[in-house]
Amino acid sequence: MTDSQAPTTPDPTLGVDADSLYVEGDAIADTKAPDGPIDAKWQQRIFSARLVNPANRRKLSVIVIGTGLAGASAAATLGESGMHVKSFCYQDSPRRAHSIAAQGGINAAKNYRNDGDSVYRLFYDTVKGGDYRSREDNVYRLAQTSTQIIDQCVAQGVPFAREYGGLLDNRSFGGVQVSRTFYARGQTGQQLLLGAYQALERQIAAGTVTMYTRHEMQELVIVDGRARGVIVRNMVTGELETHFADAVVLASGGYGNVFYLSTNAMGSNVTAAWRAHRKGALMANPCYTQIHPTCIPVAGDYQSKLTLMSESLRNDGRIWVPKRIEDCEKDPRDIAEEDRDYYLERIYPSFGNLVPRDIASRAAKYVCDEGRGVGPKVGDFRRGVYLDFSDALSRMTQAQIAAKYGNLFDMYERITGESPYQVPMRIYPAVHYVMGGLWVDYDLQSNIPGLYVTGEANFSDHGANRLGASALMQGLADGYFVLPNTIGDYLADGPFDALDESHPAAVEAKQAVQSRIDHLLSINGERTVDSIHKELGHIMWEYCGMERNEEGLRKAIGLIRELRTEFWTNVKVLGTNEELNQALERAGRVADFLELGELMCIDALHRRESCGGHFRSESQTEDGEALRHDDEYAYVAAWQFGGTDQPGDVGKPVLHKEDLTYKFIELKQRSYK
Amino acid sequence: MKITVRVWRQPNSQADGRMVSYEVDQVSEDMSFLEMLDVLNERLTHEGQDPIAFDSDCREGICGMCGVVINGEAHGPVQTTTCQLHMRSFKDGDEIDIEPWRAEGFPILKDLIVDRSAFDRIIQAGGYITAPTGAAPDAHAAPVPKNAADKAFDAATCIGCGACVAACPNGSAMLFTAAKITHLGLLPQGQPERDSRVLGMVAQHDEEGFGGCTNIGECAAVCPKEIPLETISRLNRDLLGALVRGDSN
Amino acid sequence: MALKALMAVTGLFMVLFLILHVYGVLQAFGGREVYNAYATHLHQFGVPILHYNWFLWIIGVVLLIAVLGHIYAAAHLTVRDWRARTGAGRRYQTNKGRRGNQRSYASFTLRIGGVYLGLYVIFHLLNLTAGTIHPGGATPDPYQLLLNNFKVWWVVLIYTLGMIAVGFHLRHGVWSALTTLGAHTGLKARRRLNILAYILSFGIAIGFLLVPWAIVVGVIH
Repeated sequence: MTDSQAPTTPDPTLGVDADSLYVEGDAIADTKAPDGPIDAKWQQRIFSARLVNPANRRKLSVIVIGTGLAGASAAATLGESGMHVKSFCYQDSPRRAHSIAAQGGINAAKNYRNDGDSVYRLFYDTVKGGDYRSREDNVYRLAQTSTQIIDQCVAQGVPFAREYGGLLDNRSFGGVQVSRTFYARGQTGQQLLLGAYQALERQIAAGTVTMYTRHEMQELVIVDGRARGVIVRNMVTGELETHFADAVVLASGGYGNVFYLSTNAMGSNVTAAWRAHRKGALMANPCYTQIHPTCIPVAGDYQSKLTLMSESLRNDGRIWVPKRIEDCEKDPRDIAEEDRDYYLERIYPSFGNLVPRDIASRAAKYVCDEGRGVGPKVGDFRRGVYLDFSDALSRMTQAQIAAKYGNLFDMYERITGESPYQVPMRIYPAVHYVMGGLWVDYDLQSNIPGLYVTGEANFSDHGANRLGASALMQGLADGYFVLPNTIGDYLADGPFDALDESHPAAVEAKQAVQSRIDHLLSINGERTVDSIHKELGHIMWEYCGMERNEEGLRKAIGLIRELRTEFWTNVKVLGTNEELNQALERAGRVADFLELGELMCIDALHRRESCGGHFRSESQTEDGEALRHDDEYAYVAAWQFGGTDQPGDVGKPVLHKEDLTYKFIELKQRSYK
Repeated sequence: MKITVRVWRQPNSQADGRMVSYEVDQVSEDMSFLEMLDVLNERLTHEGQDPIAFDSDCREGICGMCGVVINGEAHGPVQTTTCQLHMRSFKDGDEIDIEPWRAEGFPILKDLIVDRSAFDRIIQAGGYITAPTGAAPDAHAAPVPKNAADKAFDAATCIGCGACVAACPNGSAMLFTAAKITHLGLLPQGQPERDSRVLGMVAQHDEEGFGGCTNIGECAAVCPKEIPLETISRLNRDLLGALVRGDSN
Repeated sequence: MALKALMAVTGLFMVLFLILHVYGVLQAFGGREVYNAYATHLHQFGVPILHYNWFLWIIGVVLLIAVLGHIYAAAHLTVRDWRARTGAGRRYQTNKGRRGNQRSYASFTLRIGGVYLGLYVIFHLLNLTAGTIHPGGATPDPYQLLLNNFKVWWVVLIYTLGMIAVGFHLRHGVWSALTTLGAHTGLKARRRLNILAYILSFGIAIGFLLVPWAIVVGVIH
């Protein structure tokens, strides 16, 4: 890898020396996808990938970190094939993984509705929706395997919604023109996860999978260039355990919690992926984050997370804010029609309230920045806009509205104490999903041999923007149908040399974890972990959120560096390691977020274009839409860690570009006319 | 508002525990119950005291990880998960008693955190359909009558929180077990293993030390997902049938 | 596992017996001759296939087995349940919510009510079947025995409490037994089971209570 300076212009007005933010390294490419027609690639790969001799399977072992859709399905499937699997999760049971919270549905190209859907159309919609920043080979395979996913889930007993004839029901989702989303009322994530969880438990009972709950991965162990194991912390006793295997799979989810407030679970974190990154795994496109426009707004400074309200609400609700700032404190029912600004309908006459997620989110932010937000003040501004159903309630009966949105209205009322049947709902955008993640090739293997990454933890299929109902699809595709077929190619050379805890790489890794923990416990400063995490979240949301610009990102990088120093010198973590210590757990996760945040800002800074969830105010069309620069930026930005082993030392990351070429799709500017 | 909480503090699974009182100021009605505990914990940390350990994850009412007994009721005064309980359900000056789930099958790990792995072991004993990856027929090969699908869904919404056990005067986990048995037993895919499932799961349930059901109904009354009590009767039906039929798969 | 089913089956069997027993007891409203004729009829039931008194003995033995089975299962399950809820003593430290969310008084009193019923049945057998305890005066005439007994206030009290206990015990017991046998499959079924439980428990309790109280107020003399 050569060091060459990236062309940047130093800005003398800001403290951060712009020239030295990163360096550019060699280009990279995926070497595993075969040549040839796109619809034959996957079958070809399955054939060309070596098989593991069935008699050898029971001699092979695999570690899977995370038990969400991607992790549980992979662990179950590998266990079924006869391998030994060690599965780890930080919660008290594999069924708690945050995949469980997904509401809407799962896409599949079954074309049961006979409305023109096909594998190609799903592939096309996903690439386009990703704003042409994903690897087309991976996406085509995703569309191909989508149909098998539905079959598998039904066979496991997932209670999808049915029509009166007993066949599966479908609905359309997120403005797509075909009806390809399968759902289980408002709980599709939970039901899909339970299917995978039950399959996993069956394997645990069969003895092929050993489950370690309340165990959090702290470090990756690399021996002779291969990923061979992990150091995990037993969260009840504090004991650090070394586990070896022939391959390691990270299915550890997304890093949305770098923003502190997101729709993620409290414990969702980037630690597993970040530790791998620090050991050499490339982190790709970390600045691609997805913001969902309809979430319940922040109520106060104590807010711990944000709750998503299904996007379907925008089909019948009208979004508005008062025209005048002084009206923002009033009861919305007292504001006359002519004093209401239905801003989406005003700015986007043809799409109105149904503009895509990123447009709706940015528009909401702008009106609130002007001071015309509603709801309680958080800091200096009110952060909320109205989603009003009074028109719908006059058109339809309350019973009809309840049939469509009843459970959402109930959830809203439980949380806010207000009834959407009587008062307009208040909503605000929130971080929901991250398209960025560890870089993987067509086999879902990272650049570290033996380290595989699946689900939201990898970068691969959604480009710069994920379509609705496709996250569930990707997690299960990776876990059931892709990884089990590709990992064999690597494991065919195994089992690898047996290792024990005395191996220097393992000893060193464990020592590194121990000293990090000791350090965190010894600082005994003034600030709680949560207060630092909140501050990081503010910085990220403000400067690396819905809208980004050069100045803001540079400022953010400076602020994050200061905050990181503050953390390592002034954080207060009470208690010891040899006990259940939730503050210590959170401290470890925040330490990693403080490093990731900086990389996200560097990534956002270097990508001087707007695409999907990454919006640079300097790069927009006349209508305020994202303006891509395909000539300069049609690549995957895969970052190599540039720091040392010292906690908090991130150095200068190295950029490796993977050029994206589209042989089977024509690049177009995303248009909503 | 200002409230007083009495919380069960227990440093680890071997130690004795006791109730300790804390005052919490400036509680907003819009705060969730767990956010109130977060605020208390921040203060305790500043004062150098061990913060209260409690489980939570999604804070959206779906993962089943949170769950404490509030004033003697599992999940508190509203039939929902603890994370969805908000402080507007309480008044200024209230005293709130907070304890972990108490049952033989749920050993306490620390403070309000209990070990619910018994639930996973019950699922391991039969709460699944054997469908190895890749072996599935087309999704439409077995149509499912709509009312069976709907009923199966109602039973499938169980989040495994354990409130049923905490509320049951007999410490039984029958509602949890019955929910899964009902869900899978109503679907055509679940038929081949229907007998072995109920025998296995009920046997495991008993082995975990949960009590027997006397149909009191406290479980369904606190269940945040409103799992119907009739699932227990369906389990009984399956169980008697399986015992009578004798051979299991 | 099958212990619950044992409780349900033995319990329902006893309820069946009680229904027939109410019928028999209410014969008292027919007067001395009717009542005594019925008593004789029971002793002679099944003659010549069964000998004199055999019918009663057979019923007695079967009932005894049912009662013993019921008590055994109840004791076993109770101990198991106490262990499951971390001991028979105080479970939760709080003083609040000790009544449960929706518990009926019937479910609360099931076990203690059952214990009282057991003791009561022993008294009842010694009182009216064996005639060993005869507070109002012994007599071979069944009808007279009734009248003698229920002139004594504490006998009336014991029987009244017994019937109240039966009523509560059956209110929950019938519903629970049928649910255990798989009858509670939906909302409609649940409503019907509850109605049945109310009818049986009220019917049996009031049916039995009519006779002693009718004697007290002088309707039966």
